[in-house]
Amino acid sequence: MKTKYKILIVISSLLLTTSFFLPIWYISLDAPQYPEGMGMQIFINDIRGEKEHDLKNINELNHYIGMNKIIPDSISELRYMPFIIGALILLGLIAGISGKKFMLYIWMTVYFIVGAVGLYDFWQWEYDYGHHLNPDAALKIPGMSYQPPLIGSKQIMNFFATSMPDIAGWIIFGVFAIGLYVIIMTLINRKKENLLNEK
Amino acid sequence: MKNFRIKKFWLAAMSIIAIIVIFGACSKSGRNKGMVESDAAEKVYVAPGTYDEFYAFMSGGFSGQISVYGLPSGRLFKVIPVYSQNPENGYGYTEETKPMLMTSHGFIPWDDAHHPDLSQTNGVPDGRWIFINGNNTPRIARINLKTFETNEIIEIPNTGGNHASAFVTPNTEYVVSATRFSVPYPQSDVSIADYKKYFKGAISYIKVDQVSGKMSLAFQILMPGFDYDLAHSGKGPSFGWSFFTCYNSEQASTLLEVNASKNDKDFIAAVNWKKAEEAVAAGKFKIMNCNYFHNTYNDETHSATTEKLTSVKVLDPKEVPGLIYYLPTPKSPHGVDVDPTGEYIACGGKLAAMIPVHSFTKMKKAIEEKKFDGEIDGIPILKYDAVIAGEVKDCGLGPLHTEFDGKGYAYTSAFITSEVVKWKVGTWQVVDRIPSYYSIGHLMVPGGDCAKPFGKYLVALNKITKDRYLPTGPEMCQSAQLIDISGDKMKLLLDFPTIGEPHYAQAIPAEILVKNNQRIFPIEQNKHPYAAKGEKEAKVVREGSNVHIYMTMTRSHFMPDNIEGVKVGDNVYIHTTNLEQDWDVPHGFAILGAEYSELLVMPGQTRTLVWRPKEVGVYPFYCTDFCSALHQEMSGYIRVSNTNIPISYNSSK
Repeated sequence: MKTKYKILIVISSLLLTTSFFLPIWYISLDAPQYPEGMGMQIFINDIRGEKEHDLKNINELNHYIGMNKIIPDSISELRYMPFIIGALILLGLIAGISGKKFMLYIWMTVYFIVGAVGLYDFWQWEYDYGHHLNPDAALKIPGMSYQPPLIGSKQIMNFFATSMPDIAGWIIFGVFAIGLYVIIMTLINRKKENLLNEK
Repeated sequence: MKNFRIKKFWLAAMSIIAIIVIFGACSKSGRNKGMVESDAAEKVYVAPGTYDEFYAFMSGGFSGQISVYGLPSGRLFKVIPVYSQNPENGYGYTEETKPMLMTSHGFIPWDDAHHPDLSQTNGVPDGRWIFINGNNTPRIARINLKTFETNEIIEIPNTGGNHASAFVTPNTEYVVSATRFSVPYPQSDVSIADYKKYFKGAISYIKVDQVSGKMSLAFQILMPGFDYDLAHSGKGPSFGWSFFTCYNSEQASTLLEVNASKNDKDFIAAVNWKKAEEAVAAGKFKIMNCNYFHNTYNDETHSATTEKLTSVKVLDPKEVPGLIYYLPTPKSPHGVDVDPTGEYIACGGKLAAMIPVHSFTKMKKAIEEKKFDGEIDGIPILKYDAVIAGEVKDCGLGPLHTEFDGKGYAYTSAFITSEVVKWKVGTWQVVDRIPSYYSIGHLMVPGGDCAKPFGKYLVALNKITKDRYLPTGPEMCQSAQLIDISGDKMKLLLDFPTIGEPHYAQAIPAEILVKNNQRIFPIEQNKHPYAAKGEKEAKVVREGSNVHIYMTMTRSHFMPDNIEGVKVGDNVYIHTTNLEQDWDVPHGFAILGAEYSELLVMPGQTRTLVWRPKEVGVYPFYCTDFCSALHQEMSGYIRVSNTNIPISYNSSK
């Protein structure tokens, strides 16, 4: 690998550390009664309200439809996600410092799997919250589920829910894109070298 | 010929009738109701979802409250209970707030609140607190402008009516008080005819702690037995002085209307409070025994406590030379208003036809040169000609009160001629006038009594309403009028009704208060001894004949909501804690047969209602504030028995 790609990989691996203190995802909820909106920020190790009491208030409202309370401490993914991200950073650093293409491929493969599984898991949680409702709920609408979208917006009763990556989420996507870019560039370079060698 | 004559006769008769009808109609519709320009509606229209430019705080007068309005819209936002019980939210009825209304005369659930004054820093309203006097049972209250709730009330001893109050000094060092009615000092059983011998007037300085806002009675000054009316503090060059108007220098005790109007001139008392501080520090005071109460509310315990105090430091002007001077002022003065520069002191006179304006520089010089006209009880009277800066002539009859716009103009209310008169400071020329509907008392310009008035609007606080609104029987609302003072000519913009009887008012740019506004009380900071800070803490405990219910409220249920084991004759203390941490989600509480008000509990707050069931039965209770879609379901039952049934209640799963 060329030095500039090695540096790029090291820097982008280090960029992933931002996900330890910046949110990776957000879900915002807007309703007529909440002109300032409410929202949740999802961190790799926590779920927080966008404003101080938002999470409490979202849980408060969700109890009417029988949705489970969102209790960050009870979500085991939030406990081991920091280690997974830590491993991704470590693999990236090894790939960057060693400059071995083999390591780069391993890193990108693991990265892709983590990302895909992570998104699936997130969707699974959303599905679970939206569908597994307390049968004693005050408000029951036959056939109605309350699953927020994975990415994008959706009207759920009086709430307009939007789910999107947050800063660290965009960084995670961005770093993946950089990895892909380095792979493509090294492949192109090898072709060029091969062509030169043939000549 | 005859026919023609008859025709002529009828023609003439018809013409006369037509003329009568036309003139009659004209004279009726021609009655002046106030000229309003075509853009007035635009100037007061605050579009849906947008905010007013100013908060206005109007005293409630005999309602004992403060009302909060928006300017320029004239919309009412809130009535802050201060001295009067308020069944709407339980103020003065709940166990937590009852101590706020304790006085040396017992529990007093009402007062006559006249003059609100915003706290100041460097002579400008800073939005920390607003103070207001209670005239009848002399008190001063402090309202917290983060929560818009009364946080403190201090009683003023040796005072017969706290009228010249609650005016602050430029950095809120003190809030002042002076008695409207002189009384025997100390109170004693003497003949009213011996007024001159025994009656004294007290001026009080109440120190304000700059961090907590806590008030304490620093000292009193023993004054001649006149009637002290209004006050304002000096600023800039006159910093360190306060000015109090007084009437009844005749010292009459009966038919004051005539007997206190005899002297051509009464006085403004100029008090050097910096000198008073020095005298107190030097120990030149006497300690006098008295009884007064000091009530403070704590936002963490959500409860008020009462403290009884028994002495006050008293200064005698005879023993502190240079403490006070009298400025002769014509005809029963009312308002005393210091211009933004601090140099001029304008005086209202209830029966006057001109406004005397004293000069602080001339006053200092007159004191230096000892230009005295005798003295009263050791207080030198300065010569009128030596202190007067100018007289505003043609100012209408009965000028009461003056505010300033910061552009060199003053605005004075004239009660008798029912108008606002605009005049130029320095030339003393009247430059404009506008009628008020009807009989204006005080007036208010936002910041109009401070060092940097915000200007723009003037609110006329009228005493008589008559035909301004749809009639509501003999008892009518009071009326305020918004006047645009941004141009050369004053322009009437809006009439709006007010509650109680606003005497004085204050206004402050909205952004100063909005940024500090508190939305909820953090539940983790709730230190109320009977709070249940989560449903798991909800319980019912019997202590002899007292039953304490630790009840939580959240959308949309109480916990517990089924309670048994209460007996006839028990004192049932229902302590309700609102667990919500969401803005504007209060819950209410009411139970069948409760002898007084409901509870209205803000998020994170605890409020207690005492209920004494008199007969067996099962009593429903419910949430009174429409909190949620299932508000109607937010209810429960308490069973009241005659026999000993153990306490039982449902609990959270």
